[in-house]
Amino acid sequence: MTATLSGSPGKAGGDAVPRPKPPRRRLRLINRKPGRGAVVILGVIPFLLIVGGYLVASALRRAENPQDKLMPSLEAMGRAIVQYAFTPDVRSGDLILWADTAASLTRLGGGLAIAATIALVLGIAIGFLPHARATLAPVVAAISLIPPLSILPILFIIFGLGETAKVALIVIGIAPIMTRSVARAVAEIPQEQIVKAETLGASTWQLVTRVILPQALPHLVTATRLALGPAWIFLISAEAIQATSGLGYQIFLVRRYLAMDVILPYVAWITILAYSFDLALRVLSARAFRWANSAGRGL
Amino acid sequence: MSAVTVENLFMEYDGNPVLERVNLAVAHGTFTAIVGASGCGKSTFLRLLLSQERPTRGAIRIDGEPVAAEPTPDRGIVFQRYSVFPHLTVTENLMLPAELAGSRLFGRLFLGSRRRAREGVTNTLQRIGLWAARDRYPAQLSGGMQQRLAIAQALLMKPKVLLLDEPFGALDPGIRADMHAILLELWREENMTVFMVTHDIGEAFKLATRVLVFDKVRHDPDFPEAYGSTITYDLALTRKDAAPPPRLLNPPLEGGSKAQSAFGEGAAVADGPPPSRTLLAQSPTSPRGGGSMEPRSSRQGAH
Ligand SMILES: Nc1ncnc2c1ncn2[C@@H]1O[C@H](COP(=O)(O)OP(=O)(O)O)[C@@H](O)[C@H]1O
Ligand SMILES: [Mg+2]
Repeated sequence: MTATLSGSPGKAGGDAVPRPKPPRRRLRLINRKPGRGAVVILGVIPFLLIVGGYLVASALRRAENPQDKLMPSLEAMGRAIVQYAFTPDVRSGDLILWADTAASLTRLGGGLAIAATIALVLGIAIGFLPHARATLAPVVAAISLIPPLSILPILFIIFGLGETAKVALIVIGIAPIMTRSVARAVAEIPQEQIVKAETLGASTWQLVTRVILPQALPHLVTATRLALGPAWIFLISAEAIQATSGLGYQIFLVRRYLAMDVILPYVAWITILAYSFDLALRVLSARAFRWANSAGRGL
Repeated sequence: MSAVTVENLFMEYDGNPVLERVNLAVAHGTFTAIVGASGCGKSTFLRLLLSQERPTRGAIRIDGEPVAAEPTPDRGIVFQRYSVFPHLTVTENLMLPAELAGSRLFGRLFLGSRRRAREGVTNTLQRIGLWAARDRYPAQLSGGMQQRLAIAQALLMKPKVLLLDEPFGALDPGIRADMHAILLELWREENMTVFMVTHDIGEAFKLATRVLVFDKVRHDPDFPEAYGSTITYDLALTRKDAAPPPRLLNPPLEGGSKAQSAFGEGAAVADGPPPSRTLLAQSPTSPRGGGSMEPRSSRQGAH
C-alpha cells in the first residue's frame, strides 16, 4: 500500500484526498516567446501596416484631389524610379540614380576609410602607449565634443566646395568616437597577455602587430558599424548644403517641386544601402574574426 | 645553474608596504611553492621576480646577475587566466615565439619558414595532448587545456625560471591532478627553477621541494596596511621522487610571535603530504646562522 502510494502518488493519493487542482497557470508575458515563424510574421506586420496605411491615405487624398503631390501613388513612384534609374538624363546622359549613388558612396566610403584608419592608428597609440595616451587622449576627447555640423562652414572655407569638405565632415564627425572606442578596447586587453608576449621575446612593435592590432580589428569593425548612422547624417547634410550630385543633393533639389514621387524612393534606397553596409560589416566580422565570436564576445 | 637570490626586498604601493625585508636564496632546480593569505603579496612577489614591477628597495639576482628591468625570455610566466592569446589557434600560440624571433619586422613567418615553425611544434602539441585541438581557438578549449597550452608556451623559450601564479586555481580538482603530473614531468625534464603561487596548501606540499609562507610579522590593528608581508616559514621537503632538497635556507626571520598564526593556516592542510615524504622544516625562531634542519613531522611542525 505504502509502495503504491509513494510509487504513484498522483493517482492513488489523488482518489482518496481531493487535492487542489493545479491552476492552469499562464506564463508571464516575459516568459512567452514567439516561435521562429511567428518572429518573421511579427516583424513583417509593422512594415505592412505602414505601407497599407500609406496606400489608403494616398488613395483617399487623390480621390479628393487628383493633382495631390504629397502622397503619390505606387505607379507614380514607379514611373519616377524608371525615369531616374533606367532612363539616361537628357542633358548629361547619366542614369541619375546610379550617378547619385556612386557620388554619395564614394564620399561615404572615403570618409569611413579615412576615419577607420585614424581610429586604428590613434586608438592603438592611445590605448597602448602611455605617452601617446597622455598626449592625445584629451585632445581627441575635446574634438569629439565639437558638433561637426557647426564647423561645416569652416570646412567649406578651408577645403572649398568640392569633395574634400564633405569627406572631411564625415571624418571629423565620426573619427573621434571611433578612436575612443578602439582605444578603450585596446586598453582592456589583459596586461597578462602583454607580459606573456614580452617573455616570449616580443618587441613593442611586434606586440602591436601580433597582439594588439589583431585584437583591435573586431572592435574597429564594431565602431565602424556604430558610426554608419552618423556618417550618413553628415553625408546627406553636406550634400544638401553644397553639392552638384549625390543622393542628399537630389532629394533637396527635387524638394522644390514637391516631387514626393522621387523623394520617397530615394529615401527607401538610402535605407536599403545603409542596411546593406551594416549587414556586410556584420558578416565580415563574423567571418574574419572567428576567434572573437567563439569567445562569445558578441560583435 | 639558475639560482635565484632575493636581497632585502621591499615593495610599496602608494606608500603602503606590501612586502618588506624579503630575503631568499633558492638553488637551481628547486620547485618553490608560495602560500599565504589572500592579498598578502604573493602575486606582487612573482611580478617582482618577473620585473613586471620594480621593487621599492632590494635586489633580485639570477645566477648572480641582477634581473633585467622588464620581462624577458629568461623568466617564463603562467597566470591563472589570460596567459594565452585568444586570437591565435593552439598551434599559432605555440608558433609565436619562433615567429617573433624569425621576423623582427612583422613577427610573422611565411611559406617555408612558417611550415617549419608549424612542424617544430607538433611534438609539443602531442606531448600536452592538444594535437586533436591544434586548430581550435583558446575560447574553444577547456580550462585545463588552456593552462596546458599556457605552460607549454611559457616553456618554449627555455626560461631559467618558470613563474606560475595560481595556475590551476580555476580548474576542477580532478583536472588539477592531471595538471600536477604534467607540470612535475616538465619540471624534471627541463631542469628548471620553478616558483608557484597557490592557495591550495595540499598542492604546495604535493608539488614543491620547498614551501614558502608569506605573512605579516608585525601587525597594527588600527592600520592593517601599516606593515608588509615577508617570508614567515620556509620549509624544505625531501621526496624520494624529487630532486634533493636545497641545503640553502633563508636567513632566519624575526617575529616569531606571528608564527603561530602562520602555522595555524598551514596546520589545516599539513596532514596532506603522503607518508612517503619527509618534511624538513626550519623553525622560524631558530637562531641566526644556525641553518639547522631538523626533520619533523608535519603535525609537530603545526603545533
Ligand atoms: N598595482 C597595485 N597598486 C596598488 N596596490 C596593489 C597593486 N597590486 C597589488 N596591490 C596591493 O598589494 C597587496 C598584495 O596584492 P597581491 O600581491 O595581488 O596579493 P596576493 O597575490 O597574495 O593575493 C594587496 O593589498 C593589493 O591590494
Ligand atoms: Mg594573487
